[in-house]
Formats: sequence, C-alpha cells, structure tokens
Amino acid sequence: MTQAAVRRSGDHDTGVGLPRLLWVPAALAFALIALPVAGLALRVDWPRLPELLLSESALDALRLSLLTAAVSTALCVVLGGPLAVVLARGRVRGLRVLRSVVLLPLVLPPVVGGLALLFLLGRTGLVGRGLDIAFGITVPFTTASVVLAQTFVALPFLVVSLEGALRTAGRRYEAVAATLGAAPWLAFRRVTVPLVLPGLASGAVLAFARCLGEFGATIAFAGSLQGTTRTLPLLVYLERESDVDAAVALSLLLVVVAVVVIAVARPRTVEGFR
Amino acid sequence: MNLRMVAVAALAVLVAGCADGGAAAPPSPEQRTLTVFAAASLTEVFNQLEPQFEQAHPGVDVVFNYGASSDLAQQIVNGGPADLFAAANTSTMKTVSDAGLVDGQPTVFATNVLEIVTPPGNPAGIKSFADLARPDLKVVVCAPQVPCGSAAEKIEKATGVTLNPVSEEPDVKSTLGKVTTGNADAGLVYATDVNAAGNTVQGVEFPEAEQAVNDYPIAVIANAPNADIAHAFHQLVTGAEGKAALQSAGFGSP
Repeated sequence: MTQAAVRRSGDHDTGVGLPRLLWVPAALAFALIALPVAGLALRVDWPRLPELLLSESALDALRLSLLTAAVSTALCVVLGGPLAVVLARGRVRGLRVLRSVVLLPLVLPPVVGGLALLFLLGRTGLVGRGLDIAFGITVPFTTASVVLAQTFVALPFLVVSLEGALRTAGRRYEAVAATLGAAPWLAFRRVTVPLVLPGLASGAVLAFARCLGEFGATIAFAGSLQGTTRTLPLLVYLERESDVDAAVALSLLLVVVAVVVIAVARPRTVEGFR
Repeated sequence: MNLRMVAVAALAVLVAGCADGGAAAPPSPEQRTLTVFAAASLTEVFNQLEPQFEQAHPGVDVVFNYGASSDLAQQIVNGGPADLFAAANTSTMKTVSDAGLVDGQPTVFATNVLEIVTPPGNPAGIKSFADLARPDLKVVVCAPQVPCGSAAEKIEKATGVTLNPVSEEPDVKSTLGKVTTGNADAGLVYATDVNAAGNTVQGVEFPEAEQAVNDYPIAVIANAPNADIAHAFHQLVTGAEGKAALQSAGFGSP
C-alpha cells in the first residue's frame, strides 16, 4: 500500500510504474482510431481531389459548416457558460435532476434530438404552431434551425467541461475576494471567469468540433438544401449515394478541419484538461 | 419482483434474438438461411411473401437486409453476404453486375413512379405537377444524387416546370416524413410510399410521372452459398403471387 502510494506520487517525475501489459490494449485502441482514418486517406482519388473540393456544393457546405458551428459555439458559451456556473455553484434543490436533463443530448441519438426539436418548433409543434400563426415564421429548413440543432447536441460538452473546471478551481479565491469587499458580480467577473478560462476554452473547442460533425439532428430538423442547411456531413452522406470519390474527398476535408481544430486548441486547453 | 421478471424475460428474448442474428452464417443441410438484400421500398411486399416461402421450403429462414439500393450495392461489392439482390433502380444493380457478382441477367420485376404527397385533405389544393412551383408552398423533394431525386429532376426537365424546394432530402422516407409531420405542404415520393403511409397522407397522381419510371431489377448473386433457394425466391417474386403483392402495394408491372 505504501509502495503504491510512493509510486503514484513519483509518477509525474520519473515515469515509473507503467505496467507493460497496458501497451497492448492501448495500441489496439490507437489503431482502432488511426487505421480507419488512414484507410480513408488511402481511398482518396488524389488527381480529382482539387476539383472535388472546389466544387460549388463543397464550398457552400464548408462555408455553412464553419458559419453555423461558430454561431452555435458562441451560443453554447453565452448560454451554457452561465448554466455550468449555476450547476457548479448553485445551492438549489433539484440541481441534480437538472444536471441529468442537461446531459441528455450526450446520451440521446442525435436524430431523436432533431425529432424533439421538430415537435417543439416545427410548423405543427408546440411552439412552432404559434410562431407560424402569429408571425408567419417557420423554423425548420432555415439556417437558424441548423444552429439550433447543433447547439442542442453541443451544449452538454461545454457545460460538462466548464462545470468540471469550476469544481476543480474551488471557491477559495472568490471567498477571499468577498472578504475584500467584492460584490458577487465583481468577484465572478474578476476572479471566477479568469480562473476557469482554460476550461471554458476546451469546452468551446469540444462544442465546436461536435457542431462540425453534427448530422442526425440537422437532417431531422433542418432538412438539406445547398447553401441553406446542407452542412459538410450532410453533403458527405448524400454524395456517397452517387459519387463515392466525392464523399471520400469531403470526409478527408472534415478530418483536416478537425485536426486543425485539435492542433490549435491542444497546447492550451485539451492537455490542460487532464 | 414482477417487474424484474418481466425485465429478465425481455432481456432473454433480446439475447436470443441477437444470438439468432449472429449465427446466421453456416448453412447446414436441414437448417438454412437465405439472405436477401432488398431496396427499402420493398419492405412491405417481401415481408408479406416471407411466411409462405418459408412454409413451402421447410428449414429455410429468410433474412432481409433492407436499405438504400446504393448502400446495399456497395455492401455486396465489398463482400456482403447476399444470396439475392433486389434493387430500386437499374444503375445500382449495374454496380453489382459490373463487379461480376450477378448470376445470369437481372430481371425487372416491378416499376414505380413518383406521386405528389400532401397532408390529409390536401389543404393547399394541389392538382398538378405545375402547382408544386407555386411560391406559397413549402415543397420537399429528394436530392438529385438519389433515385427519387433524379426522377424528380427528369420530370422538371421534361415539363419545363422548375421547383424551388425548401429541402432536398437524402432519401424518400425522410422526404415523406417532412410532409407527415406537417412541416412541408407537399413532397415528391414514390406511389408505393403514399400507399404505405395510408391515412396519414393524401396522394396526388400526375401524368408527367410517366416521364421517369423506375425499374426494379432482381438478381441472384454469383456463387451465392444458397443459390438454389435464392432462385426459388426469385421465382416467387417474379411469379403470379409476387405480382399480386407488388400490385397491391402500389407498384406497376414492367
């Protein structure tokens, strides 16, 4: 027992204590992720690649994907940030139930989320019917509906990582700020927010990545129209019907965008996540 | 206590079901499995034919893999364990026959045409294909990359009517779904989809649909492990009983 404790404490400095047996499943896990992506790269029709990626439909889809993912991530930060603070710091009964509800989109198949949105905001939905009659607004089939679908599925990613950061940071510094006479809002702005900024950033990156890959909720709720609702994953799904080369090329594009997101975010955020 | 027993029983059924699916491969003389890859639009008809086929062929279990024809063709080309393939268009069958995986020649056994689908009662009063171009309507179609979408495109070209859809869906069922959920005023789907949707929708036939008739070919897969029973199922589908079932589901005959 003491030995284990010693080993654990020395782990960071010496690298002692990694059982060799772990390498086998670890290598398998890595292969499971890396090999299919390599397989995708091998399948690419390189001579046709520029033509496939620069087609009007591909550029429209890329533009729409980046735009909607950016807006959705901003919404996640603006709405999910405060929600994470409430979940981590709030002292209200029933917060645990609230937290389980917030986690639902993580567990639900995205297409179920899309249907749920449709039955709330669709033209015959609970709220959608009112919007249609009162203002003539129909939500499905608009770019806004893509943003809504993405925000729905990505929110828990931001909330969970930010809530974790808030709990790790603890309340000591805020308590000190309070004894120095800082009002709650000032302490939140000047102490809490700077403390959890890395957690917020990693949450935002995860949310952005999730938005970029969103498919099921979008197709169920927003439909698929070039330039309006057809994001990259939807285009990949469609192209594979008729032109597998185009689907592979677009998939590669998504992989590259994902790698760029990880590379930009990794040094400061994802690594600091552990 | 009671609830727990129900849960255990349900789990047992599930496990048994999974085990059944997993053990489909080895064909023994008395117990054999015929694997049929079929276009999703054939689901109702083939399910209807299954019991009588299994009754006529004791020891044979027919297992269906329904899906988009293009997906199924890709699966077969990549080694999918199909004995028989029934596709919703000739081009996906060509993918399989070009790979040298078709035994003999594919037979066209059914046809399908597009039909306008509207919510029950046709609230927008759509009477013709040209009505779909009305600017006040939210119309959904299939994307041109999939068979139902290329058929719609063909009709647009033949008639000179240009549609402005709010969405081009990746498959015909999701096009239908946008109408059944009340989010679109009209859609273009197959006559058989209107038929299968029953009272939840209303169909509007239009003569221009004849400009884009979809042929359904069926073929036994080359070197299929169960080629003999595959031929028997092929005969059932192309025979009188198959024709009757297809007709009542809204298919045309070639």
